[in-house]
Amino acid sequence: MPTISYIEGVTAAIREEMKADERVFVLGEDVGVRGGVFRATAGLYEEFGEDRVLDTPLSESAIAGVAIGAAAYGMRPIAEMQFADFILPAVNQIMSEAARLRYRSNGSWSCPIVIRAPYGGGIHGALYHSQSIESIFAGTPGLKIVAPSTPYDVKGLLKAAIRDDDPVLFLEHKRCYRWIKGEVPEEEYTVPLGKADIKVVGTDVTVITYGLMVHYAKEAAEKLKQEGIHVHLLDLRTLIPLDKEAILEAAAKTGKVLIIHEDNKTGGFGGEISAIIAEEGLFELDAPIQRLCGPDVPAMPYNASLEKEFMISPQKIEKAIRELAEF
Amino acid sequence: MAVNISMPQLGESISEGVISKWLKKPGDWVEKYEPICEVETDKVNAEVPSTISGKIMEILVKEGTKIAVGQIICRILTEEDESVVQNDSHESFMINQRPTTSSEAVSMRSRYSPAVTRLAQEHQIDLNQVKGTGKRGRITRKDVLQYLSNQQATATILEQEPVSQLERMPTSGDQEIPLSHVRRAIADRMVKSKKEIPHAWIMMEADVTGLVELRNQEKKSFQEKEGVPLTFMPFFIKAVVDAIKEFPYVNAVWSNDKVVLKKEINISIAVGTEEALYVPVIHDADSFSIRGLAKKVYQLAKKTRSGSLELSETQGGTFTVNNTGSFGSIASKPIINYPQAVILSFESIVKRPVVVDQMIGIRDMINLCLSLDHRILDGVMVGKFLRRVKQTLESFNPQTVI
Repeated sequence: MPTISYIEGVTAAIREEMKADERVFVLGEDVGVRGGVFRATAGLYEEFGEDRVLDTPLSESAIAGVAIGAAAYGMRPIAEMQFADFILPAVNQIMSEAARLRYRSNGSWSCPIVIRAPYGGGIHGALYHSQSIESIFAGTPGLKIVAPSTPYDVKGLLKAAIRDDDPVLFLEHKRCYRWIKGEVPEEEYTVPLGKADIKVVGTDVTVITYGLMVHYAKEAAEKLKQEGIHVHLLDLRTLIPLDKEAILEAAAKTGKVLIIHEDNKTGGFGGEISAIIAEEGLFELDAPIQRLCGPDVPAMPYNASLEKEFMISPQKIEKAIRELAEF
Repeated sequence: MAVNISMPQLGESISEGVISKWLKKPGDWVEKYEPICEVETDKVNAEVPSTISGKIMEILVKEGTKIAVGQIICRILTEEDESVVQNDSHESFMINQRPTTSSEAVSMRSRYSPAVTRLAQEHQIDLNQVKGTGKRGRITRKDVLQYLSNQQATATILEQEPVSQLERMPTSGDQEIPLSHVRRAIADRMVKSKKEIPHAWIMMEADVTGLVELRNQEKKSFQEKEGVPLTFMPFFIKAVVDAIKEFPYVNAVWSNDKVVLKKEINISIAVGTEEALYVPVIHDADSFSIRGLAKKVYQLAKKTRSGSLELSETQGGTFTVNNTGSFGSIASKPIINYPQAVILSFESIVKRPVVVDQMIGIRDMINLCLSLDHRILDGVMVGKFLRRVKQTLESFNPQTVI
C-alpha cells in the first residue's frame, strides 16, 4: 500500500469522485489556478478545467449559496472555505438553507453539498487561522459534520461525504495536512459516515477524541504503556451523526473516560459526549467523566508560548490520563 | 476561642489509631506542643501534642476508641475571643517527613463509583472485603473485578474444606483472648502478604566456622570497648548489604503495575517480643560498619522491647533480615514483609560433620532461608544474590578486621 499524506488523501478523494461523477465540481477561493492555499486542489484545474474547478470571489456567503443552488439543480458541489475561521459569513446559508432543504421540502429536495474547511491550531496561525468551529454547527440538525484524523480516513470519508445526499461540513485539521502520513489502499474504498473507530485498544482509561488530538493522544498512550497504563482510544471521525454505540461501548470498556478536543471547553462538543455517557452509561462509570479542552479565551494567541499554552499537547494529555488511571 | 484538635497523620501508611490513654482531662491547662493523649497505631505508640496553649474544654473520643486520621478528638479553649471555633492545623506536627495535603487525608475507601456499586450488587460482594488501590484507597472497578476472579479461584477450595463455625466456638474451660491492636495489625499484614504475594522459597547452607571463631575471639573486648554485645546479626546484615550492592534488584518493592527499585538500603530486622513481632528499620544500612551495625541492632532491639520505638524507626524498610536462629530454628519459610520483595532468615549455627577437602570435619554450619516475591524476582536472580551472601559469610575469619 502506498503511503500518502493527509492532504494527498483529500486531493485523491476529490479527483476520484470528479472522475467518477460528472456532477461533482469544486468551488472556492484560489482553488483553481492556484490549487488552493494549502494545495488541496492542486492539479484539478489542469485536469478538469475551469468549468469544474471554480475560483470564486472572496465571499463565503456566495460560495455556500452558489453550492446550495447548484445542488438544488442536481449538481454535487464541493465548496472550500479557505480557513474554517472564514465560514461565519456563510453560516446563514449553511444553517438556514442547506441544513433545512430536505425538511422544508418534505423530502422532495435534498442538498448534496460538501463544505470543506481546514480548521484547528498548532500552525502558528493566530486568531483568524486557528479556530475550531465544530461547536457552532453541531447543534444544527440536518447537517453532518466529519473530522477525520488519518490519510485513510480522510480519503474514505471525503468520498462518502461527496456521495452523501445531504450537506456535510468536512473539517480537515490543517496541522495534519502534511505532518500525518499513512498507508492508503490503491483500490477504491469509502469509510461510512457516522462510524467511530478504535485507534488503540486498552483497559485502563478510555480517551474519546477526533482530529489532530487523536495523534497527540496516541503519542501519550505510547508513553503511558511503558508505565503499565493502557489507553483505549476512540476516534469519533464523524461528529454528526454521532456513533453513540461506539461511545458507550468504549466508555464501558474501562469505566474511566477522558474526552479531548482542541475547541474550548464551554459549549464544546465534549459536553455532548459526556452527556450521552452520563444519560445512558452511568452504571459503567468508575470515575467522573473528564474533559481536556482548549481554554475559554476568545481565540488562539499569536505569541508562540501562548499558543503552546492554549493548545492541548501530548504532555497535557498524558497527565490527564495518568490522573484518571490513578483515580 | 475554641480550637478543634484532630487526630494527626502519624505516618504515611497510617489511617487510624486507638486512643490508648488521655493524659489530660477536661479543665486541664495544656501548653502548646504538650502531649494530650497517647495513640496506639498498628505501627507504633505515639503521643499527640497540642497545637495550641489553652484549657481542655471537651474530650470527644473515649479511651480505647478507634479513630480515623483527621477526626476531631477534643476541643481546647484559648484565651482569645471565645465565640469562634477554629480547626487546628496539625500539619506542623506531622511526624512523617512528607507533608500530606488535607485532601489526601480524606479517605475515599467508601466512595463507590456507579460501576463498583453495580458489580457489587450483581455479584453480591461485600465491598469491605475488597482492597482499594485507587486514589486515597478508593475501590476501583478493576479492584472489584480482580476480587471476583480471586474469589472464583478460591471458591472451589473453600467448598471442599468447609470450616465449621462450631469448631471455632469456645467450649467451657477455653480462654478467649481479645485481639490487641498490634496482634490485629500483624494478622492483617501477614494475611495480605500471603494472599497477595506468590512466595517462593530457597535454602542454602553456609560454613561459618571462621565467623564463629572471629566472634569468639572478639566478643569480650567488643563488649568492654563498645558497651554492647557482639552478636552474629551485624555480620549477617553486612553480608546482605554487600550482596544487595551487587544485586540491587532484590532491594525492590511491588507497586501495582510496576516494580520500584529502591535506592536506599534500609534493612528491616525482625524483633520478637513476648506478645508481638516488630520490624524496626536500619536506615542506610550500607553506611554502617559491622561495629556500627552492632550498636544499631542493639539499640533498636532494646527500644522495641521497651515499646519506645519512634515511628520513623519502623518505616521505609526495603529488605528484611530475620534471625530465627536465635530461638533454635534450623529451617523456616518466612513470610515476606509486605511490600518488600525478599526476606532472609538466618537459622541456628550448628556443628555438623561435613566433607572438607575429601575429609570429614566438624564445621559450624548455618542455613540461609529466603522467601521471594515471584512476581518481582526469579530463582536464578535470587540464587546469585544468596550465593554472594553465603560467600561473604564464609569469608569471615579471625583475621577479619571489624
